[in-house]
Amino acid sequence: MDVLYFAWVRERIGVPKEAVETNAKTVSELVEELRGREERYEAAFADLSALRVAVDQELTDFDASLEGVREVAFFPPMTGG
Amino acid sequence: MRVVVQEEPFDFGREAQEFASGHSNMGAIVTFTGVVRDADKGGMDRMVIEHYPGMTQKALEKIAEEAVSRWDLGDVLVIHRHGELRQGDMIMMVATASRHRVNAFEAAEYLMDYLKSRAPFWKKEYTAGGAEWVAAKNEDEDALSRW
Repeated sequence: MDVLYFAWVRERIGVPKEAVETNAKTVSELVEELRGREERYEAAFADLSALRVAVDQELTDFDASLEGVREVAFFPPMTGG
Repeated sequence: MRVVVQEEPFDFGREAQEFASGHSNMGAIVTFTGVVRDADKGGMDRMVIEHYPGMTQKALEKIAEEAVSRWDLGDVLVIHRHGELRQGDMIMMVATASRHRVNAFEAAEYLMDYLKSRAPFWKKEYTAGGAEWVAAKNEDEDALSRW
């Protein structure tokens, strides 16, 4: 699946988007997998309360299922308006 | 209902006029415009608004549709910019049309509250001291609870 990052999450991880092969069943499991990879992921995911997640471009929670999902995006709380 | 996400500036006067003129049976037209102000610490040179291209249009349409379902509205307009902006530039506008003003005011406030916290935009301010992402405010999140 494609994993996208925005704002300071993108800056900490260093790329806006990457293809990730994973067997993670939920967003939380995916986060744990990524955190185990490299320090930059740990830096981005250190405080989940400071993050939001969208699955297939719909805002959701970290316990959301990844079954059949094509795109997951991580970002800080939004500041529109 | 019209929802526009664009990098270019928009003409507030023209947009408001066009929106109002299309609704002869509407007793109330409410417009709100968000303008770039200086950074809280001052000295802002520019602001860059990042967004999530695949999601932004859909998220804004969903917010606008929700407003239409909750209030008796004749029409809704949402324009939101991204990219580089400077102090005094207009970031966004919403307009609502209704037969009665309370609906138009409330729907406009609802739209603004949801745009603040649920539309995938992120602001970064550039000052002489460096660049900083604008943090979301707790009160913006709290504002959603009144709806």
